[in-house]
Amino acid sequence: MKRRTFLKAAGAGVTAVGIEGILTAHRAPAFAQGTTVHILRWNDFVPAADKIWREEFVPVTAKVLGIKLQVETINANDIPARATSAIQSGNGPDIIMVLNNYPHLYAASAVDVSDIAEEVAKTQGGIYPASQSLNKVGGQWVAMPWSVVPALVAYRKSWFETIGVKEFPKTWAQYHEVGKKLKAAKRPIGQTLGNTFGDAPTFTYPLMWSYGGQEVDAKGKPMVDSKETVESVRFMTQFWKDAHDEGGLAWDDTNNNRAFLSGEISASLNGASIYVAALNGGDKFKTEKGQPLHTDIQHAPLPAGPKGVQAYHTAFNHMVMKYSKNQKAAKDFLRWAHTASNYEKWFVVQKGFATGIARDWEKHEMWAKDPVMLPFKTAPNLQKQAMGFAGPPDKRAAEAWNKYIITVMYAQAASGKMKPEESVKWAAGELAKIYT
Amino acid sequence: MKPAVAGAGGAAVAALPGERLVVSRWTRLLENQRVLAVALLVPGVAILTIFIAYPFVMAIWFSLTDISVGTAGKFVGADNFKKAFQDTIFQTAFWNTCFYTFWATVFKLALGMWLALLLNRHFRFKRMIRAWMLLPFIIPTVLSTFAWRWMFDPTFSVINWVLYQSGWISDRLPFLSNGDWAMWCAIVVNTWRGTPFFAITLLAGLQTINPDLHEAAALDGANAWNRFWHVTWPLLLPVTLVVVVFSVIQTFSDFQLIYVLTGGGPANSTHLVATYAYQLGVASGLLGEGAAISLFMFPVLCLVVWFQLRYLKRMEGA
Repeated sequence: MKRRTFLKAAGAGVTAVGIEGILTAHRAPAFAQGTTVHILRWNDFVPAADKIWREEFVPVTAKVLGIKLQVETINANDIPARATSAIQSGNGPDIIMVLNNYPHLYAASAVDVSDIAEEVAKTQGGIYPASQSLNKVGGQWVAMPWSVVPALVAYRKSWFETIGVKEFPKTWAQYHEVGKKLKAAKRPIGQTLGNTFGDAPTFTYPLMWSYGGQEVDAKGKPMVDSKETVESVRFMTQFWKDAHDEGGLAWDDTNNNRAFLSGEISASLNGASIYVAALNGGDKFKTEKGQPLHTDIQHAPLPAGPKGVQAYHTAFNHMVMKYSKNQKAAKDFLRWAHTASNYEKWFVVQKGFATGIARDWEKHEMWAKDPVMLPFKTAPNLQKQAMGFAGPPDKRAAEAWNKYIITVMYAQAASGKMKPEESVKWAAGELAKIYT
Repeated sequence: MKPAVAGAGGAAVAALPGERLVVSRWTRLLENQRVLAVALLVPGVAILTIFIAYPFVMAIWFSLTDISVGTAGKFVGADNFKKAFQDTIFQTAFWNTCFYTFWATVFKLALGMWLALLLNRHFRFKRMIRAWMLLPFIIPTVLSTFAWRWMFDPTFSVINWVLYQSGWISDRLPFLSNGDWAMWCAIVVNTWRGTPFFAITLLAGLQTINPDLHEAAALDGANAWNRFWHVTWPLLLPVTLVVVVFSVIQTFSDFQLIYVLTGGGPANSTHLVATYAYQLGVASGLLGEGAAISLFMFPVLCLVVWFQLRYLKRMEGA
């Protein structure tokens, strides 16, 4: 779809409902003159995106909305500590970006943003189900989803071809066989099973789901101790030994990027940051044949288990805080930022690393520019469930996620610390304490 | 007119003839020793109250409630403590904390003593070396731990590279990817960082020992070991005890080093009480449970301090 057509279609509803008056009048509304809105966000892995916030959004917001936007960025890992202290002291940023299901944790301290979410859903083709379950508490939107960073496997095409594999494996069993050959050729698969917030749970949860394992049932009764989960842990234990770089037990979310870019591993579940770094690095990253590394990278979803392909993508959401004295201005800013023509500026520089939260962004012409990034376009559709499945991704699910229970379940078995059955029983015991 | 006399402690201020000495009400008030004592104590007590007592009391209150981020919580008695007792991750973290503290303190004491004895000798560039030795203690923990993390990196460890290149190993050593190895790596980093504190404090203690005692012992035929064991060690014991207690308190409540080096992994093998309390209280928003877990450190540290005070009292009596 052409940009003009896309914006016309996606933006019509929001502008009509929300900021039509402002845009028509070419002046800021009286209420917001000189109001400061302080937003706390993560240091984006795509630095150009932070530039859009500071160099585009700040001046335009001042002009159009009369809001002095103060953008503060910090490490994503440090956001919970800042949010906790801000909520407990009743003082801090007006808008806080939180990851995954943190909206459920902070629901009592968040302003209802259902009006914005419904406008965006109506005008931009509908918000993805996963974004809905992560941000809606008791039927109310307590946070406004901003983006999804899909986790797909980045792999070296030529290395796979060397062992006779022209297409990325479709099933876990096939991936196991391919991995064995790759490791034998000293090109193992790289995957973290460490205590880290991103790449580890985005791998272990979908692996468990794809075998039919689940943390709890819909009523919150622990269900993890099942033959399906045990089977998935058994598989991973062998897969780990046969196909992986075993140092991955100590990796955080950055190790796989470094290992891949320096030619130590052949594949890794990741956001698109490996490819983006290779693309931006130019001559810095090359294949053994001297070709630019980015020409040898392709992306694919995780393989399918008995229950099909599963995925968990990291969600980024904005919360307007209840303690804020500028709630209306903060909401007006969010509404403005989600207007297709404004959001697009940020969306385009992401080049697919982060996708939109509504389906219409799959139609954007940006996707036609780089075929390597194409799998990211529809990746959010692969995510059918979230942490705490088959229950809601609530506080209890967040506790289990933050304690890395599912990741540790796999890590204990993969490292030989426990047998698969014992490790699953251990996870069941820990989940039972949380859910009872 | 008689000269006026003012000032505490009998200091006399003579006024010139014809002038009236103006003594403010505050000055007169502070002449009273009780008032002065209170005035001097107030800032210290206020700082302790605001920064130590208040958070401590709040932590106790939180630990007795089911408070989570943004919600007030209600009184639940000892439920959070009971939950912690049954929590296998907490049990692992508590055991790890004891193990980590014990071994790190033993190594810091041994190496610190050795270093102090060496630095107590006369040699060229003595002062410069003493200053350099303090570097690990001065560099912010987060920065130095990042450097160690790189050195222990599962893929790019410089130690592995050197050992591999020199033919000592054929496969990488699992510094941080094996639970036991990771714990010992953490102990090594803590020892590296804490040894200068031991060394410099013990060195200060060594310098207060009269050299005549050593000379007398040497004249009586005592060898180096006997001089150390019968002269240096008993005289250094009070200082050693103080430095060990400080170190135990710091190591037992260590957070930064583990948070940066391993994040508590792999598979919770290096979780400490402080890192687990953070994971629950801050990352999961369970302030009540996080506070209860952090308070488990309190009785252990109280016991350590009690032993120290008891010993010092006995020493004073002797």
